Amino acid sequence: MSTATHSLPRTIGAHAVLLTYTVIALFPVIIVIVNSFKSRAAIFGAPLAPPTPKTFDLIGYTTVIGQGDFIHYFQNSLVVTVASLFFVLLFGAMAAFALSEYRFRGNSLMGLYLALGIMIPIRLGTVAILQLMVASGLVNTLTALILVYTAQGLPLAVFILSEFMKQVSDDLKNAGRIDGLSEYTIFFRLVLPLVRPSMATVAVFTMIPIWNDLWFPLILAPSEETKTVTLGAQLFLGQFVTNWNAILAALSLAIMPVLILYVIFSRQLIRGITSGAVK
Amino acid sequence: MGSLNIENVKKAFGPVEVLKGINLEVTDGEFVVFVGPSGCGKSTLLRVIAGLEDSTSGRVVIDGADVSATPPAKRGIAMVFQTYALYPHLTVKNNMGLGLKQAGTPAAEIDRRIGIASSMLSLEPYLQRRPAELSGGQRQRVAIGRAVVREPKLFLFDEPLSNLDAALRVNTRLEIAQLHRRLKATMIYVTHDQVEAMTLADKIVVLNAGKIEQIGGPMELYNSPANEFVAGFIGSPKMNFIDGARLGETAKTIGVRPEHLTVDPKSGAWKGTVVHAEHLGADTNLYLDCEKAGLITVRIFGVYNAEPGATLYATPDPAKTYRFGTDGKVLK
Repeated sequence: MSTATHSLPRTIGAHAVLLTYTVIALFPVIIVIVNSFKSRAAIFGAPLAPPTPKTFDLIGYTTVIGQGDFIHYFQNSLVVTVASLFFVLLFGAMAAFALSEYRFRGNSLMGLYLALGIMIPIRLGTVAILQLMVASGLVNTLTALILVYTAQGLPLAVFILSEFMKQVSDDLKNAGRIDGLSEYTIFFRLVLPLVRPSMATVAVFTMIPIWNDLWFPLILAPSEETKTVTLGAQLFLGQFVTNWNAILAALSLAIMPVLILYVIFSRQLIRGITSGAVK
Repeated sequence: MGSLNIENVKKAFGPVEVLKGINLEVTDGEFVVFVGPSGCGKSTLLRVIAGLEDSTSGRVVIDGADVSATPPAKRGIAMVFQTYALYPHLTVKNNMGLGLKQAGTPAAEIDRRIGIASSMLSLEPYLQRRPAELSGGQRQRVAIGRAVVREPKLFLFDEPLSNLDAALRVNTRLEIAQLHRRLKATMIYVTHDQVEAMTLADKIVVLNAGKIEQIGGPMELYNSPANEFVAGFIGSPKMNFIDGARLGETAKTIGVRPEHLTVDPKSGAWKGTVVHAEHLGADTNLYLDCEKAGLITVRIFGVYNAEPGATLYATPDPAKTYRFGTDGKVLK
């Protein structure tokens, strides 16, 4: 049935394109998860086949749980990601509010300076960062990672959030000022709830690189105590023998928390409570 | 209580001077309307009075006290915004009560004042609702109620009717007029709509390009405008301005309101052709292209049948014709 807004061929076409993309995007993830449930011989024998009763094997998961302290690695990754995310959102939003709300000398220069980090990869400064962490005694602590990731996430957060904060009605903030709300109350109670969808966007963009990062944990915090999941999975990558079962199982497990966080934030992405504040 | 004095207030944003020395006196209980085209500085002036903008120089005195350095919440004012600016996460009741709560007013007193304001604005059924569940007119009434509960010395309205549709605008205008009569409070109202200005004001302040052009009552501005700008801004349709030289007059410009012109098909002062006719029922607006006077508007009360292309003679009422000098000022 075709109406003014829907035509069958076009609907089929659009769905075909989207489905193709979904298949391509999900393919590696599915392969990882499927193979993590198979025996070693089956992984190499038929990598694309789903596990059958004959090839089904949880050896990967038992290795991961048994060998190494994976629960602890998970905990480290989670602490680092959540803490960095919290600081990025807090400081990013505060800086964005100041840049978008107050007129002061050097405002646009400051904005440009804060956005510069988007263009310059933080990894260029690895040596200096390492020296700094050694000097301040923060090597092999989660604090070091949190600090670095906060710095890494801030530029994009400030850039995106200041654009959104400019759109928050001036009248609303002024109404708050006339009612005697402090600037902090205006920020936390009036502005932040209104930019919540954009905060979620920033959260998703910030979170995934942090969770997946191998570089900084390897350099700044490689000790057993502070290993993150991605670093922990390296345990099974040998120079001569690689324990594929364990690696695939570790990766499958590593997807879960980030997936959960994503689901939480993506609900926020679509929800907005701006309606009713202004016309 | 509720007087306001503005003494030589100037405001510049960088090199741009938005207010060029404003002097104004508002007595207790007056309804003052700031009117002017967009960009004339009327909203900026209101913001300076509210304390949302600092003036570059000059003083704002409310009730005899210089408030130039006082934060908005301590000035004893309340403001109603064009976009309502209700707190989206609070109920109607809490929206109205927030300012008092911040000021540390006892809960019983807050409830009493909300009760009075909500019955005055018939908002009682909506007290537990959130702004998102209200219509535009109800939201603006909540915004007005939020101002009323503060019992301010000064009410400030920043184009409060601009976001409402035409029918609602007339109703809300009426409500604001009644509110002023009942509360006898000093109100300052900003609008670009001269009809709102004429219908609500005790005193109109006409602003243009950061300066006050004229201050006066509605009829005073209509009957004796000080200059060409005020003459053109007050009255609808706009006053006709005709080059004095074309009419053989000594004045630079001759002004005559559309309603002070009469038309006749046979004889009259200015011969012209009908370009367009607007039939509004109660009156008819004719656009005439005259040989002597150029394109003019004529407003005729009642129905008048004129086809485009017809020839008509327009005659101005000599007692109600204005003569402006080269500086734009009225020649006496």
